[in-house]
Amino acid sequence: MTATEPLAPPVASSSNALEAVGIVKSFPGVLANDHVDLDLRQGEIHALLGENGAGKSTLMNVLAGLYRPDEGVVRVDGRAVEFRSPRDAITAGIGMVHQHFTLVPSQTVAENVLLGLDKPRFRLDLKRTEAEVDRVARDVGLKVDAHARIWQLSVGEQQRVEIIKLLIQGAQVLILDEPTAVLAPQEIADLFTTLRSMVATGTSVVFISHKLGEVLSIADRITVMRAGRVTAAGIDPKGVTRADLARLMVGRPVLEQLKRTEVEAGHVVLQVDDVHADNDRGVAALRGASLEVRSGEIVGIAAVAGNGQSELAQVITGLRTCTGRVMIEGRDVAARPARESIAAGVAHVPEDRSGVGSAPNLSLVDNLILRAFRRPPLARGPLLDERASRDMAGGLREAYAISAPTLDAPVRILSGGNLQRLILAREIDSAPKVLVAVQPTRGLDVGAIEGVHQMLLDLRAKGTGILLISEELEELLALADRILVMYEGRIAASFDTPSGADVDAIGLEMTGGEGAGAGESVSADT
Amino acid sequence: MMARLEPRGQPPRWLSPLLTVTAVAVALVIGAIVLALVGGDPVKSYLHIVKAAFGDIGVLSDTLVKATPLILTGLACALAFRMRLWNIGAEGQFLLGAWGASFVILGLGLPEGTPAIVLIPAMMLAGALAGAIWGIVPGVLRARLGVNEIITTLMLNYVALAWVQFWVFGPWSEGGFQQTATFPKEAWLPRLTDFGKEIPLLSGLTTHLGMVFALIATAIVWFAVSRTRWGYEMRLIGDNARAARYAGIDIRRYIVVVFAISGALAGLAGMSEVAGSVHRLQDRISPGYGFTAIIIAFLAHLGPWRVVVASILFGALILAGREIQPSGVPAMIQGVILFCLIVADVFTRYRLVIARRAAATT
Amino acid sequence: MIDFTLVLAAGVASGTILLFAAVGEIFAERAGVLNLGVEGMMLMGAVAGFSVAASTGNPWVGVIIAMLAGAALSLIHAVVTIHLRAEQVISGLALTFLGSGLARVLGDGLSKAGAIETLPRITIPVLSQIPLLGPILFRDQSIMTYIGFVLVPVAWYWIDRTRPGLNLRAVGERPAAADAQGIDVIRVRYAYVLVGGLLAGLAGATITLAISPGWFGDQTVAGRGWIAVGLVIFAQWSPIRAAIGAYLFGAIFRFIIDLQGVKTIFGFDNPFQAGRSATFFLEMLPYLFVVVVVIIGSREALRRRVGAPAALGIPYVRGERGA
Repeated sequence: MTATEPLAPPVASSSNALEAVGIVKSFPGVLANDHVDLDLRQGEIHALLGENGAGKSTLMNVLAGLYRPDEGVVRVDGRAVEFRSPRDAITAGIGMVHQHFTLVPSQTVAENVLLGLDKPRFRLDLKRTEAEVDRVARDVGLKVDAHARIWQLSVGEQQRVEIIKLLIQGAQVLILDEPTAVLAPQEIADLFTTLRSMVATGTSVVFISHKLGEVLSIADRITVMRAGRVTAAGIDPKGVTRADLARLMVGRPVLEQLKRTEVEAGHVVLQVDDVHADNDRGVAALRGASLEVRSGEIVGIAAVAGNGQSELAQVITGLRTCTGRVMIEGRDVAARPARESIAAGVAHVPEDRSGVGSAPNLSLVDNLILRAFRRPPLARGPLLDERASRDMAGGLREAYAISAPTLDAPVRILSGGNLQRLILAREIDSAPKVLVAVQPTRGLDVGAIEGVHQMLLDLRAKGTGILLISEELEELLALADRILVMYEGRIAASFDTPSGADVDAIGLEMTGGEGAGAGESVSADT
Repeated sequence: MMARLEPRGQPPRWLSPLLTVTAVAVALVIGAIVLALVGGDPVKSYLHIVKAAFGDIGVLSDTLVKATPLILTGLACALAFRMRLWNIGAEGQFLLGAWGASFVILGLGLPEGTPAIVLIPAMMLAGALAGAIWGIVPGVLRARLGVNEIITTLMLNYVALAWVQFWVFGPWSEGGFQQTATFPKEAWLPRLTDFGKEIPLLSGLTTHLGMVFALIATAIVWFAVSRTRWGYEMRLIGDNARAARYAGIDIRRYIVVVFAISGALAGLAGMSEVAGSVHRLQDRISPGYGFTAIIIAFLAHLGPWRVVVASILFGALILAGREIQPSGVPAMIQGVILFCLIVADVFTRYRLVIARRAAATT
Repeated sequence: MIDFTLVLAAGVASGTILLFAAVGEIFAERAGVLNLGVEGMMLMGAVAGFSVAASTGNPWVGVIIAMLAGAALSLIHAVVTIHLRAEQVISGLALTFLGSGLARVLGDGLSKAGAIETLPRITIPVLSQIPLLGPILFRDQSIMTYIGFVLVPVAWYWIDRTRPGLNLRAVGERPAAADAQGIDVIRVRYAYVLVGGLLAGLAGATITLAISPGWFGDQTVAGRGWIAVGLVIFAQWSPIRAAIGAYLFGAIFRFIIDLQGVKTIFGFDNPFQAGRSATFFLEMLPYLFVVVVVIIGSREALRRRVGAPAALGIPYVRGERGA
């Protein structure tokens, strides 16, 4: 039921904790891993670096038993192993914390931990598991409530549950997939402290990331992947620069070349006044949020997941009810249906591209006319002009370089980057007064990210006021004129970017402003 | 060797019709096998169906009579299914429509000799209204409370049946039998045979005005769905309700309205059957039109004109199938057809890939 | 006069039918698979059980075959929805059509089969003496009723307190999480869909071999399969609540029948006597009740923000794994 003994002291061994040799894995149309090698030494933190789509997650899924490699060998402690399922991997001591947590939201922490264990085989004893969870949590220095249901926990807390789950299962090798994507700087620092203490007791860690700065600060060794291949294996972070790593990741010097024009911020286009709203669980998510956005400026919202930023976007775009006022150039759209926000000139690039922002099985045309179908020239009375619709769709496809076989293709076949182009094209084309963009570059590769950033800057130059909600501080720092920090449903602080944006200060505010996490702060990429 | 399902990009246009036809063919073969197993003669039975339904103009006309309520209920189901609203209650809405139309004749106490030009539109209105009400109730429950419409529409089917039975066995019963008195001639929908004196060819043909209603309804539905904003909005809701909300569409209102229209269409079917074919209200007024309509809607891939084609086919099955023993065979074949259609639909969206297992590792 | 003890006792018996079907569906839905074909599976179970019992003379063999028939039918649904990932609602409907039609085909001529030996009825010695409840629950009940009494706590315990139950719940709530823990989501779903089929077949056999012996075509099940599906919503996927609902409905069914046999109610002429047309209003009652019960269940789900297993109705896909 637990690791057979408390985490074993490091063993001086000649074999690597984990080794992948010549891994080949392909999916329909894509060679995700092309003869990839990786070696993980005992007691080290090894970073696997690469941009989205480089094949890092695929490799890790092979190591964790989720995928069977087409070719290649995996060795644990020098012995070749073949994993038929994640269970085999866990039995061999390899555990993975995925980007999307594999926790059952409606069940408690203890039940989730139990789910991963072999024993007890039949009768469950929740109390014993709860005690075990408390014990391990204490040993490793993580705070977790075994009785809590997963949906009640913050994202950072859920991550801790994932780690504890693996430790109780006896994992000696921990694979973490983009663990810092959802954490504030202080929480990241806490996580790194925890990792270092776990490693000191013999665990080995593989850490997947696409963030250069973090990787340089935490890793003992770095392996870089690009387009399914390893471009640098197990290199020493002390011997490389960020530019070197970027080039290994992308193949070309990567610093974003963005064209940013000087724009005078104009009149107020969006004003949010003392807004209160509940989230889906009925808990208060917005507790008196107020902000304003002017024409021609980008206002960034920095916040850790779960502090009300999603609800803020929904309240402005009419997808959630609230009290308070939401004024679009003086017109109050608070607690009114989405149709009114749209009519008032609010455009929305939602967090969930395929679940909310598009209809996956409908054609490009159908998706591109989503904003404009109620007005001429597309609408003639109750009729929908098919020719005009196709013309509009064709025009947008060309103007925004959306790559798709035909206009009638279902949008589910578009790549993430192209789908986002489509959504942006449609929203921008409606000449909105206000654009609310939520996590617009999540999951996109570097080229696509640059494209999206440029589109936002161009829109800003045309006079739209943009509210940019993003978990990537670098993105906010690159694009926003002002950065507001949201914490617990309110705007906690405001930073004027060109002049006074101090990442540490922002990070502090994101976690409550009391300097909660002790330990070194990590300087994010600027 | 391992078979795997892989999503298709965009299926070629001929794939869906081909698979549909294949599905029906496979279903007929399976039905034949079952028939043979229980001692029937499948070839004879199938040939009999073809002859009894399409053999001469007289039976063809009878087939069209059976197809008329199927078209309307098929449209009702197809319309609702486009929005993923599972209206399983077309049967009950049909019955209520039949009742509503009968109420105009038997319950209102209108004077004898009231002309057809008054009675027929009144019956149409009553039938459609009754059906619409029967559809709106589950619609509102779904829109406001998220109540599963499959259960509510289905339960209301049984309630509708009992309702009709009450009136037919009770207040409106003719001489204690389970049917009402025959409607006065002014309440009969004109039939082709009514023009038999002028055009002898039409003599004896029972196809009635209801068919015209059905075709007009088909045209209207087709137009609304493919050429109007509403059709677009319905498409959007049916594919991704969250995206439809995001686009500013009032989903709850659509649910209620579509259920009302769906119910009205099925109610009109009931009126047409009662006024055009049977000319009275009776206990077994529906041989399961509302359920067959579900199959028809799927066979037609929710397309209005295809509903007409499928309805004629199933009309034939109902007409001639009455004589097939054992009696459960047509229902069973319907189930098999639906399964085959489901499987065919899977293959339009996915491709079967046979892959060799990964080579052994060293 | 109506003897309420008898009515309630008969209600418990009648409710057992719904109970089997509902608990079976609870298992399937907890695993994330919606199976609307309960009516068809019950009919198949009813006809298979009856005809096998008639031809072999042994009702227990009939029960076994009935359960297997229900499971066989559910297997079709399982393949179509789990492996082929088709829309579960439609597949369930198709299963109903298929099962009903097939049952009618197989049952052709069965109504002439005459009386057959039905399952034994038992009175439990000590328990049946308990005042009030004893005669209702433990006197002269079919053995199926007692099986039902045992099924409920066993089902509850299984789902709530055992490891297989934990796995079941995870598969229905978040199959990706279960998969990551090495649980075979496909196998679990298949298993519980089959369990649902077995229990639905059992429910059908309970009708024709125990509670209302005989084959009456479609009328044998009369929509009770659908009532069971509605009960699952009311029960909020809990076997214990399902039992409460099932027995309540059973009582309503019996009450309707018995009310038709009485000539006067409190001295007034009974409008619902058999043969009078008003009896049809009585027949509406169970179905209207289901609507009410489903509304209650839905409102409660909305209020408590709990409800159906989160993955219900959604086929599970992931990047393929070995084998």
